[in-house]
Amino acid sequence: MSAPSHLARDLAAIVGERHVREARAERVTYAMDGLPTHRRVPDLVVLPGTREELIAVVRLLAAHDVPFVPRGAGTGLSGGALADEGTVLLVLTRLNRILRVDHDNRLAVVEPGVVNAKLGAAARPHGLQYAPDPSSQSACTIGGNVAENAGGPHCLKYGVTANHVLALELLLADGSLVDVGSPGGESWGPDLVGLFVGSEGTFGIATRITVRLTPLPRAVRTLLADFNSLRTAGEAVSAIIAAGIVPAALEMMDQSCIRAVEDSVYAAGYPRDAAAILLAEIDGRNVDAVVAETEMVTDLLRKSGARSVRSAASEAERERLWQGRKKAFGAMGRLSRDLVVQDAVVPRSALPQVLETICAIAQRYELVVSNVFHAGDGNLHPNISFDATDPALKERVETASAEIMATCIAAGGTITGEHGVGIDKLRYMPLIFDAESLGAMHAVRKVFDPDERVNPGKVVPVHACREWASAKQLLARAS
Amino acid sequence: MTILEKVTALLGEGAVLEPSTDRVPRIAPGSPDAVALLLGTAHQEGWRVRIEGAGTWLQSDAPADLALTTRRLDRVPAIEPPDLTATAEAGIGLDQLRQQLADRGAWLAIDPPGLAGRTLGSVVATATAGPLRHGFGPIKDHLLGVTFVTGDGRMVQSGGRVMKNVAGYDLTRLQAGGFGAFGVIVLVHLRLRTLPRADVTYVLEGAREDLTQVGEDIAAAGLTPAALELVSPALARRERWVLAVRLAGSPALVAADETGLGAASGGGRFASLRAEEAHGFWMRLAEGFSVRPVTFRIGGVPAASDELLDLLQHQLGDEWISASPAAGAIRWTGEASIDRLQRLRRTLAGLEVPLTLERAPWALRGAVGHFGAYREGVGPLVTGLRRTFDPGGALVVATEGS
Repeated sequence: MSAPSHLARDLAAIVGERHVREARAERVTYAMDGLPTHRRVPDLVVLPGTREELIAVVRLLAAHDVPFVPRGAGTGLSGGALADEGTVLLVLTRLNRILRVDHDNRLAVVEPGVVNAKLGAAARPHGLQYAPDPSSQSACTIGGNVAENAGGPHCLKYGVTANHVLALELLLADGSLVDVGSPGGESWGPDLVGLFVGSEGTFGIATRITVRLTPLPRAVRTLLADFNSLRTAGEAVSAIIAAGIVPAALEMMDQSCIRAVEDSVYAAGYPRDAAAILLAEIDGRNVDAVVAETEMVTDLLRKSGARSVRSAASEAERERLWQGRKKAFGAMGRLSRDLVVQDAVVPRSALPQVLETICAIAQRYELVVSNVFHAGDGNLHPNISFDATDPALKERVETASAEIMATCIAAGGTITGEHGVGIDKLRYMPLIFDAESLGAMHAVRKVFDPDERVNPGKVVPVHACREWASAKQLLARAS
Repeated sequence: MTILEKVTALLGEGAVLEPSTDRVPRIAPGSPDAVALLLGTAHQEGWRVRIEGAGTWLQSDAPADLALTTRRLDRVPAIEPPDLTATAEAGIGLDQLRQQLADRGAWLAIDPPGLAGRTLGSVVATATAGPLRHGFGPIKDHLLGVTFVTGDGRMVQSGGRVMKNVAGYDLTRLQAGGFGAFGVIVLVHLRLRTLPRADVTYVLEGAREDLTQVGEDIAAAGLTPAALELVSPALARRERWVLAVRLAGSPALVAADETGLGAASGGGRFASLRAEEAHGFWMRLAEGFSVRPVTFRIGGVPAASDELLDLLQHQLGDEWISASPAAGAIRWTGEASIDRLQRLRRTLAGLEVPLTLERAPWALRGAVGHFGAYREGVGPLVTGLRRTFDPGGALVVATEGS
């Protein structure tokens, strides 16, 4: 089914002709998000430029009973912002105004299309920061971060997006507006802000977002430690956490990932022969305390078997170390034309064992798996590089992916820590939720959107029973 | 067959406790499955059920056919110090849980108002954070997941046992502070910290305005207290207002903050409390909020804290009050009429400040509601969510008042 042309005309009357994309060549550019393994071409693409235009567009779509998908910068990694045939894609990147930065109350009010890094830059002159820092922060939008409950390396200490959203103005699928939360963070009734954050655009669109800002740290120390084995690096993570130290970030990369970065323009000076590196950052408002905790972390890393521990000697070196980490996904593009990005989370103490099992799975299926992840949170990103034009290889990748996921679940973990379910992980949902829990989630979605017109077919599998059977078999095999 | 006979046949005599003072049968299911069985039956039979924990916080006086108490759900299936997580049933007393955690070197960094034996489920369902919210955030930030039973007996899981989790909708946050309107919490997965190796409390007495300034100085100096609480004289049992500062964490961090505290307060006027004095101070503060009949909280922006304290003093009196100015959170307890509370809620709504009624006799909370003055569009969503999780209206909760 294609969107009727009169709809395109009516939409153009609201947003202007140049902001409605009808030609296939234009629509194809929106067929994927940051995950190249899913592809859907929307029927129409609309880019409203103001809140009022957005409201008018959604009300028009409601009047015509047309489903739609909100999309930010398209950097998501779960296929969550892809639109099927018969569905209109609403791209929100033109709604990019920072409406207010309130120094006294440490908050900011923004439109959904504001880029994460730009909010950070706007907060900095006030001595403040917006702490959630997904690796795509130079491109991803706050609206997308809210939809996905985005994380990032520094969420270990500062928390994920949900910990930083105070209030939202919501535009529901029927075109009605709802204000939830308050600038002070207390809710008007149940915590609908908390419920909305991470709902992956299936409840509606956040048209105005009030976020908490936090004071910039006055001291920062960044350590690079390298190890002879992944297991040893994983044990070092456990030692640091168990010591009661909460670093600002604690990130791990394996050898495959290290080499991909070092072979790229993002080369950071990571030791190429290391089996794993840990990037640990300690920050705070008190220099003496940061220095003391850095010494403790250095000591723990050495005692845990680090070959060497090096502290960034300058801000430039610190930035280079972080660039390597944040651009690792891009660097992995060198390894092969396609990449499966996973996002499982395991209990931190299970990291060494799970990492070994992932290696074994990769060897068994003869696949290149690169690990770059938020070790302090136990949030793994095993990435499989492959060529999707080879059907046999693609099948092996899918089977291995499922086994990796099942391994993480069997270790007490979950299927996604920050990328969201989207369409990519729908099949895994019955592995961690029973039918009643999935049914409850589906019912909640219908409270916000009774006709299920906004971002249809995402997050909660509709045919849970059928998927449940195959998922159970996978889990049984892994355990 | 009476309700009591049916319940006895369903769950056994062990689940039937002494009735409440209002003669409502009190049932204590021994497992989450038993809670599901009871609520499923209540839904079918059309019984109205009120939810209780240990009975030390919210008054046990809601009109109902039976009272469901979680107090026999007191097991702690898992404490994982290496992962800094724990799983506990909702009916365990916080004091017991704290002890079990401390024995393993772990700490749940919350200090809610009420008596020490208040249940974990009560704290989560009412989202009542105490002074530690300043350093460690609201109750929801300590939750990794919950399992709850809906008003018609369905068992629903949300979240999990790991640090980050975005699989599915965050029903955990809906339950935290839902006052049981969306189901009975039976199991809670918690995020822990290691027991702080240094934990000290300093207090400073003075005029409220002066102490507010000191509090701002402390924030500006970059200190990172676990708690920074302004307490009224009556509540603190002192002559004047008290600014209490709790520093907890690594010895290095606490030592650095102690140095900074002296400088920020203009020459070390703070008095250090011995460990047992500090324990007593914070415990009395928490218990003070369960003594008087009405307790509520409000949440404004930090810059409005002074203005809000003035407003409360003007409209209700300020004898029993505690505020975390930097977090914008204020808790009040005392006696108040329906009219006064409704008027106050309306006034605060005009300032974009929600008022959440935490505890009050049924006659008052039934009329005022835990929540109210919803922004446009919120009411239908809350009603829809209530219908989703309690389609028969079995759970007696004064969500919005009459």
